This record gives sequence, structure tokens and C-alpha cells, in this order.
Amino acid sequence: MSVSAATDRLSRLLALVPWLRAHPGVSMSAAADAFGVTSRQLRDDLDLLFVCGLPGGAPGDLIDLSYSGDQITVADPQTLDRPLRLSVDEATALVVAARALADVPGLASRDELDRALEKLEKAVGAGGSAAGQVRVSLDAHDEVLAAVQRALRERRRIHLRYLVWSRDELTERDVDPMRVLLRDGRWYLEGWCHQAEAVRLFRLDRIDGPDGVCLLDAAADPPPHAVSRDTSDGIYRPGPGDIRVVLELASAARWVADYYPVAETRELPGRRLRVTLYAGETSWLHRLVLGLGADARVVEPRELAAEVNDLARRALAAYGLGPDPAGAAGPDGSR
Amino acid sequence: MSVSRRRVERLLNLTMCLMATSRFLTVSQLGDLVEGYEPGATAEEQDAFRRMFERDKAYLREIGIPLETGTDAAFADETGYRIRRGDYALPDIELEPGEAAALALAGSLWSTTALAGPAASALRKLAAGGAAVGGGLGALDGFEPRVEAAEPAFEPCLAAVQTGRAIRFPYRKVGEADATDRHVEPWGVLSWRGRWYLAGHDLVRAAPRVFRLSRVAGAVRLVGPAGAVRVPPDINLSTMVSAQAPADRERTATLAVRRGTGHALRRGARPAARGCVPPARPHPAVPADMDLLEREFSDTERFARWIVGSGPDVLVVDPPELRDAVVARLRAAAAGSAAAPAQAPPDAVPPDAVAPAVGRR
Repeated sequence: MSVSAATDRLSRLLALVPWLRAHPGVSMSAAADAFGVTSRQLRDDLDLLFVCGLPGGAPGDLIDLSYSGDQITVADPQTLDRPLRLSVDEATALVVAARALADVPGLASRDELDRALEKLEKAVGAGGSAAGQVRVSLDAHDEVLAAVQRALRERRRIHLRYLVWSRDELTERDVDPMRVLLRDGRWYLEGWCHQAEAVRLFRLDRIDGPDGVCLLDAAADPPPHAVSRDTSDGIYRPGPGDIRVVLELASAARWVADYYPVAETRELPGRRLRVTLYAGETSWLHRLVLGLGADARVVEPRELAAEVNDLARRALAAYGLGPDPAGAAGPDGSR
Repeated sequence: MSVSRRRVERLLNLTMCLMATSRFLTVSQLGDLVEGYEPGATAEEQDAFRRMFERDKAYLREIGIPLETGTDAAFADETGYRIRRGDYALPDIELEPGEAAALALAGSLWSTTALAGPAASALRKLAAGGAAVGGGLGALDGFEPRVEAAEPAFEPCLAAVQTGRAIRFPYRKVGEADATDRHVEPWGVLSWRGRWYLAGHDLVRAAPRVFRLSRVAGAVRLVGPAGAVRVPPDINLSTMVSAQAPADRERTATLAVRRGTGHALRRGARPAARGCVPPARPHPAVPADMDLLEREFSDTERFARWIVGSGPDVLVVDPPELRDAVVARLRAAAAGSAAAPAQAPPDAVPPDAVAPAVGRR
């Protein structure tokens, strides 16, 4: 059993009093938002604080706060005028994150972050000692990322030579950058693509190297209807036209479920795994299934199985070979 | 864990009482002073009260409130308690608005991990101390890095690292069917290329080891006493973890790549002079619509998987073992997929009732 300062009610109350003091006249809803609770929970908290105080219990000994209408005022916080110092968890969370960001080259607010980190480390003292044992490497030392960040900062249009991996197609496009994202260890650029006339996400490692991005002498100017997509449920969302694919993976191919966004997984005997995934393009599926060889079997759709089979035969023919070793053709369906 | 309203009130009163006093207060004094305690008169009541106080004391310490113990007079034999304001309070940090915004951005790095909550409450404390960290966890310059930690092993490993305790867990190495039990003194956790790793001293193998948290195959148990793990001063988590990555490219393959295809493969490849292909080895004649390229690789099977994916668009000319690995995978794909269609008659049974490959003729 352990108590986390992040979810513990007493910890919240101890922070709430000085927080309200620092935000005089704040509204109930704004305070509730800041603490990640409902307005009702916040009202409960205030009612509880209202009856607490120093020994004696006389009016002058109690925490003096009031909310009238929607405005909260703390007249006397008693001893709770300062927040409790950061817990080990809190110090770790903030210090580790700040150190990870400070390692990103070309961050616009780099100087501020460095100064803030220095002040923070001094303030947390020994509470931050565990932070050295938690590290996040953002892999941000990359020329493409630096160029994209610069474009974003200077609000400039960029020209990209971009590999659409799912179609094995090298494309050229002009993009008005909107934001740079890191999700699941990969960097993305979101922007208005003038060729697609839509908001698109570009994986930075599929831009064709540092020469594949070029800052143009035009201002980035995404149209007003260009809206960032919600990535809270993951970067990849199945589209309405996507096909449903079911694969059976041998133990050696279980990594697929870890690597690609799969909708469902089911354990099968012998450490085999049945996965369901959705794909907008079939050509990357061809490559995936072909590459897995004997470690994957297409359950559905049938067409995919047939296409993969055809590609494999054509590839073997290109080597001057038939589908069976040493010409031992045995069309009896056995494996 | 939910704590009753009465207990929260009592804990709050106790905290404020201990902060207000400059003298050490004994348990019986606290019983009389703090609203919510009922020390009572009988031995049982006294006992119950003292047990309650012990639990309250432990709770306050667990959320990080520094309870000081001591006595005011040399001859007093009962321990007293107090909280020194200087120990309790977050020191003044005095952040400029820009600095506060930068910390708010840092706090937003954690998306769903066990660190998102603590980061948010840390920022609230900074705001309570007067820093202008703003209304929420905002973005800056359209720059939105996020770090996830969906692995169930993350939280217990983080706790073990923070408390310096040894752990046991079942671990499945890649390519191995069965998990083995590991006993590890954790040195640290690291997120690298979007994955979390634990680095530490493997007590059974008596050597430093790195574990990928997604391969922890069951519950992580904290087994050692707190503070027992000694982290060597000279370890570098990043170096330990990155050393696990596959060796850098060391061999050269010669590939025939159809023009206009294989773009990912072409990156990092260079044109091969036709004369360089070892003439003694059998290789397919390179058709006119294909480029002959050279590219470094390390792991034959991995590289073969990548090449096979391109089907007839990428052919291996050299080395022979890579070519053989590709051909073997192509034959498996040709055989495995071909057998699939004609088996279960369509719509004869609901799709989910169709037996998987296991057990088929």
C-alpha cells in the first residue's frame, strides 16, 4: 500500500489552500480544472477545509475561506500559506521531463528551461536525487527535426521530399507546418499539405534525409479550417474505408503486435497470436506478410493471401526458381 | 485508496497543530489538542488512540510531511513531535513567466504514465507558491513531445528505483518461448526510442543487465529492503541501453532494385559497379529496368525480412546466405498462403468459430 501525493485528498487540500491564496477571486470551475476534479468535489473540499484549523476551534483558529457566487476567497489560511515541498514522485516527474526537453537542440524556450531547471533542482534538493535514475532520451539530435522546428518557429512554408512508405512512393510536397509531435518514440510534423489540400502527419524519419526538407521564402499560412487532429487515442486511427485484416503470428513474429497498431489480439496454443488490424493501403500489408514468411498466415481477407502468394511466386520466378525447393512440386496442399 | 472524510479532517488538524507549535508535543498532548482524537480514559481507549496516532503519523510521512521528533527538556522521557515550517514548505522558486511556461511544457511530456499525475501536482504546488505556470499544461511553439509508458511493469520498476529495493519478475527474452524468473537490483529506468528499459544488476547472473519492460511477463515483486540497492556512481543508463541495440552495419549486400521502387532501401545505399559482382557466384541477370545497389547490413534474417517485403522489386545478388534467407521466406509465403483459401467453406460457420491453423489437416 502506498499513498501517492498526486491522487491523495489530504495532499490536494494542503496544496489547495495556498493555491487559492495565490489566485484570489478565482472561479470554482477554474480551480476545479486546475486540480483535475469536478466542481462538486471542489465544493466538498472547501466545506471540509472550512471546519479545520488550529486547536481551540474558535472562529479565529479555523481556516477562513468563503465562496460567494462563483468566487473563492481565502482570508486566513492559518499555517497553510505555503505548499508542501515536492514529493519524490513529483520532483522526479518534473526534473526528468525538464532534463529530457533541455536536451532537444533548437528549443525556442531553451534558456528559460535551463534557468527553470536550475531553480527547480535547487528547490527540490535531496527529493530530486532519484531523478538521476530515470531518464528519457528523446532522440532529438537530428538535422531534419532541427530544420522542421526552425520552419515552425519562423512560420515558413517548407518543401518536403517524403516517402509514403505504405505505397513505396517518393513524393514532393509543400507544407505549412502546424506542430511537431513526439509519439511512441517517433517524431512527426503536422501541417497543411498543399498537394493533398488537407492536414497531414509526416514521420520525420521518412523525409528523405536533410536534403529532403527545404525552407521556402513563403510564410506558412494554413487555412482557418486546418485543425490539428486529436492524438490522445494514438497517432493512427482507422479510416472508414480501411480493410480488416486477421493474421496468425508464430512466436517469432509476435513483435508485430507490439510494433503496429493492432485492434485485437488473441492468444492461441503454442505461443501463437491472432491479431486483427485495419489498413488503408494493402501494399504495406503485402510487404509485412511477405517478409514474415512462414511466421505469419493470413486468415482474412482471402484476397490478401492470394496477392501475397502471387508476389512470392513472381519474386521466385525472378530468381529463376519455382515455389518448391529442388523442383519437388507437391500440390497436395500439405505444408 | 480512499480515506474517510473524518480522517482527512483529523489529519489536516494534526498537521496544522504540529506546524503551529514551536515546542515538541507528546502523543497525549496531541490527543487533548487535536480535534478528532478521543484518547478516552480506559486502557483500551488509550491503546486505540495511540494506534490511531501511529497510523496517522505514518500517513503524514508517506505523503512527504517532515515530522520531527525530539524533546524540549533533557529530563523529559516522552518523545514529542512537531513540523518545522522551513522543512515543510516548498522553498521560494521565483520563476519568471517564461521559465514557468517552460516547466509547464516539461510537465506535459508525460501523457499517460505514472508520472503524469505527479507532474501535474508538482506544477500545482509551484503555482501555489506563486509561480505563473498558467492554467494548464500548454504547448509551446507547436512543440508537443509526449512519452507514454503503457507497460504494466513501469510503475513497480519506477517505485523500486526510487526506493532502492531489489525486485523479482518473470522475463521473456526475444525469441524464447518461456519466461525465466529474474532477481535484479535496479539502477534506473530509461525511455529510449519510445520504449522503456530497466537497467540493473542481475543477481543470478552476477552481471549488469538491461531489460525491456514490455518483455516483463508478469508481476514485478519488490523483494529487498528499501535503500539496499547501491547504484554504482559511474554507470550511464543511455550507454547501457543503447549497447543492446543490434550491432552497426558490418556486411555489404548487392541488390537489384527496380527503378521507382524500394525507396526506403535506397536510402543509405550506393550504386554498385557491375564489375564488382563476384563473377563466380550464380546470380540472376540484372534486368534493364533495375538498378544494382550496394548496402550495408548486420542481421541476415532481419534484412531478408525487409527485402522479401518488396517481392519481385528487390532481388539479392550477393551474399549467398542473404539470398538463401530471402528465397526461404519467399517459398514459405508461396506455400503458406496458397494453402489457406480452399479449406473452410465460406459462411458454413461463424468466422469466430473457425478453428485456427492448429488442428487443421
